[in-house]
Amino acid sequence: MSVEAREARQPWILLSPALTAVALLLFVPLLFIVVYSFWLRTATGADEVGFFLDNWQEALTDAFYRDILLNTLKIAAITTLVCALMGYPAAYFIARSKGNKAILLLLLMLPFWISYIIRTMSWINILGVSGALNTALLSVGVIDEPIQMLYNETTVILGLVHFLLPFMVLNVFVSLDGIDTNLEDAANSLGATRWQAFTNVTLPLSLPGLAAGGLLCFVLGAGTYITPLVLGGPTDAMFANLVFEAIITQLNWPLGSALSLMLLVVLGALVLIYNRYLGMAQLMKGLG
Amino acid sequence: MSSVTLNNIVKRFGNFTAVHQSSLEIPEGAFVTLLGPSGCGKTTNLRMIAGLLDPSEGEILIGGKRVNDVPIHKRNLGLVFQNYALFPHKTVAENVAFGLKYRDVPADQIPKRVQEALELVQLPNVGERYPKELSGGQQQRIALARAIVIEPDVLLLDEPLSALDANLREDMRVELKRIQERIGVTTVFVTHDQSEALAMSDQIVVMSEGRVEQVGAPEEVYNTPASEFVANFLGASNIMEAKCAGMGGEGVTIEAPIFGTMTIPSEKAPRVTGAGPAKIVIRAEKLQLSANPAPEGVVSVPATVETVDYQGQAVRYFVRAGDTQLQAINMIDGHPFAEGAEVHLHLRPIDCAALPG
Repeated sequence: MSVEAREARQPWILLSPALTAVALLLFVPLLFIVVYSFWLRTATGADEVGFFLDNWQEALTDAFYRDILLNTLKIAAITTLVCALMGYPAAYFIARSKGNKAILLLLLMLPFWISYIIRTMSWINILGVSGALNTALLSVGVIDEPIQMLYNETTVILGLVHFLLPFMVLNVFVSLDGIDTNLEDAANSLGATRWQAFTNVTLPLSLPGLAAGGLLCFVLGAGTYITPLVLGGPTDAMFANLVFEAIITQLNWPLGSALSLMLLVVLGALVLIYNRYLGMAQLMKGLG
Repeated sequence: MSSVTLNNIVKRFGNFTAVHQSSLEIPEGAFVTLLGPSGCGKTTNLRMIAGLLDPSEGEILIGGKRVNDVPIHKRNLGLVFQNYALFPHKTVAENVAFGLKYRDVPADQIPKRVQEALELVQLPNVGERYPKELSGGQQQRIALARAIVIEPDVLLLDEPLSALDANLREDMRVELKRIQERIGVTTVFVTHDQSEALAMSDQIVVMSEGRVEQVGAPEEVYNTPASEFVANFLGASNIMEAKCAGMGGEGVTIEAPIFGTMTIPSEKAPRVTGAGPAKIVIRAEKLQLSANPAPEGVVSVPATVETVDYQGQAVRYFVRAGDTQLQAINMIDGHPFAEGAEVHLHLRPIDCAALPG
């Protein structure tokens, strides 16, 4: 074998364990889901094998699913916006801090050491009827009886922001950290105020990081079912809750499969649009 | 165009004092170089003039006006960085136009001004390109164009040539000096490279450990170093303990080891005040190796060549005379002396300098 052929093979040899895992654990199961979505659940509770379009017809035409999908995208969008507004200043502060960058980044990663479910449930202890906030307000005498603060769309968004903010901060930080601080100095020396230097130089250069963080927050937010389950009310179901409901509660795998593929296509399209304009490399930087 | 004055400037970072009480007068239109090794405070001084750092004590005047409390964006300075610091998301023309947007320049005048600046740095056709499409030398020219297009009162250059290749560096040195002379802007240039400093400056400020060691014209700093540090930092010197035997009309009489008693012109020993311990400074290139003893009026000492460092048009020798090792840099044509060769060291007393002991 020639040297060139050997060198050309080498990356594939190194990639093969990862590719095998992705193929067996992701693509094959996904294929099952695709196949399932064309089966049909009968009145007896058994699945009828075949090629039925009933599930797809229901998922694509029923206004109930459409409304929840739109609501899910809305909640994810609001969450992303809040994460961007809260995360950018924090990321800027970390990127510009001189000596303690490592400690600040460690603090940022700290929440990941606790289960996401526990972190979500902690809000019950804070905002619940007998939670910290109500107890404090009662004892100070601001209110006479506990206020129900939980189980609405706002608390769902709150929980999602809590979960996703570190992803945003990390992505924006990576982007900001790579920007030469001389650029702002140069802009200042040319007559730009600090704010003008920020808006004309630093902000545009950090947009790829903001976009990567935004994509992550949006996709993770739109795909979650735990946060609305724990912190949402009966009317606050997000799309993934429908999938959960169909598969776990009703044991209707064919419909659940069709619904989950629908969400996958919508979020996948977003990722493709992102990749078209910004490229995946930026996202990798933020994750790495 | 303006003069720059530093009055008793001190800069501390926590417990560390980067600049000790230093005063400096940079005349209008002059090209002044702050020269010194890294950590000597030269960049700190530059950044204080720029307004990127605030002095802990003392005051800074630009054009006679105190600017301590004037923020950087109102100082009207041109700043050029070692790493160019061009805005990567803007075209070359947008980079150069950046500073004009914050000045009272009519919008229709901006393209003309940008083009003039690009022509001045001899890159008239790159306006539409992005910085990363240009070479390092071209990027630095654009950075210079961006700094001078705003017609700054003072041009501040922070090691602008250090990131360039050796050949390009020498071309840019000439180019930079040409542009500075053409527009006549007061320029403060920071470098650790003595040849850049000697070639370009009207005045050199040699700094060491946060202190100004010497201020003077290049020839003055080179020929009459004010301290051992300056003598060593600018070129290669042999510095030996000696004794001043007295001062007379013809000059200062120095009793030096190896070379014996010599009379050095007074202007080469301005800091020697009278008889007593002194140091003699002999530039490596003033020590000539010869196969023959010297003619009348030139001191001649026998020595042995220990190391030969051949550099093409010149050779650096390390020679031993008695117990002392000396270095000599001689221009040559033909063959250098071989290691182990017995030679005569020739030295003219007027080429020596003396420092107080």
